[in-house]
Amino acid sequence: MREVTKDEVVRISLELNGKTVSGNATSRMLLTDFLRNELGLTGTHVGCEHGVCGCCTVRIDGVAARSCLMLAVQADGRRIDTVEGLAASKDALNALQRAFRKHHALQCGFCTAGILMSFSDFLSRKQNPEEDEVREVLGGHICRCTGYDGLVKAIMEAAAEMRGETPSNAGAA
Amino acid sequence: MKPAPLSYIRPDTAEEAVAGLAEHGADARILAGGQSLMAMLNLRLVEPKALIDISQIDELRSIRIDGNMIEVGAAVTQAEFLAWPQLKEHAPFIAKALPWVGHFQTRNRGTVCGSIAHADPSSELPLSLALLEGEVVLRSKSGTRHLKASEFQTGMLQTARRDDEMITAVRFPADVGTKGAAFREVARRHGDFAIVSVGAVAADQGAVRVAVGGVADRPACIGIEASLTVSDMTDRIERLAWELGGYDDIHASARYRRDLVRRLVPIIIGEVRACAK
Ligand code: FES
Ligand code: FES
Repeated sequence: MREVTKDEVVRISLELNGKTVSGNATSRMLLTDFLRNELGLTGTHVGCEHGVCGCCTVRIDGVAARSCLMLAVQADGRRIDTVEGLAASKDALNALQRAFRKHHALQCGFCTAGILMSFSDFLSRKQNPEEDEVREVLGGHICRCTGYDGLVKAIMEAAAEMRGETPSNAGAA
Repeated sequence: MKPAPLSYIRPDTAEEAVAGLAEHGADARILAGGQSLMAMLNLRLVEPKALIDISQIDELRSIRIDGNMIEVGAAVTQAEFLAWPQLKEHAPFIAKALPWVGHFQTRNRGTVCGSIAHADPSSELPLSLALLEGEVVLRSKSGTRHLKASEFQTGMLQTARRDDEMITAVRFPADVGTKGAAFREVARRHGDFAIVSVGAVAADQGAVRVAVGGVADRPACIGIEASLTVSDMTDRIERLAWELGGYDDIHASARYRRDLVRRLVPIIIGEVRACAK
């Protein structure tokens, strides 16, 4: 049994983007605030803080979920992946990120980190999704800029590229 | 907004969890997937002194067939239930309704039992439990009891759970609706709270059992026998639409909700009968 009382500050360690890191947390601290304020990784954004907008989405043990609906203490010992871990290096974006850039799937970028994390989970489970399925997963995010069509195009093209198909006719539609 | 100060307790067994409830009673809340509770904590709609996190308790993580019931443990997520290989075969209705619960991202953490514990009148899982006449398993230090869906959910966000009890599992009768099952809902955005949701399964002798959510303070069920004429059926649905006493809120008026009941119920009965043929 683990107990953290309300005034206690505890050390949390987790595997973040493949590296073991640790920081201090109180029992009521949200995972979003722990990532942003304690660990300094501000790629994960905070919009609504009640599970509606999706911009705080990260992967918890590989599974995409809202980090505003999880406590930092719950992440202790778990594997967390955030947008900062997607690109292999500063100038080597991954397939999904490249497709986002090509199809203008972002404007202000506020919602983008969450959407990338949702689809990095979804596309790892479903290599050949229908457009409807992509729209359904996208339904868990709110973007106020792009109008979603660019997002759908980018995600479909990234899926094709990740399957090893060349993105030849992408963008033609 | 952030949660108010609270203690966090993560027991390793269900026994430790109920011991925690016995100690803290109404001051504690069970945290499973947190997809409703964490939002309510952040908005400070609830301010418990302690959270008892059951999400890591292994004995609560299983889905199993027990006789003619499907038992889903309290830590099983909606996504895990949806991916259960036997779902379509043994619970075709739930296979249809579950994709409507929240979004991909919230189903990944939200639990089946948590949604039933939360008892939102417009939620799909309480409706499924009511329609299929399932039961809720409640455990406290003094023992375990099973409550039927109709005994468990007593009103809007209200249940018969005592403060010292936790849900350890919910049980759905297996193989109900194998001869026909249908689900529909109307919401502003797929995955948002339903304005009206309607589910139905084929019952004995050509009858159809229908459940309506989102209108009254809890899901309501009626049976439509095969012998009913179209005009009798229309009368019965009309009566139901008024009896449910829908409410006005920012999403829809009571009148609009009644109208949805009038329109959706006959459609869904037709869908179930079409599968049965
Ligand atoms: S900030 Fe988490 S869903 Fe909006
Ligand atoms: S790019 Fe601005 S909110 Fe999505």
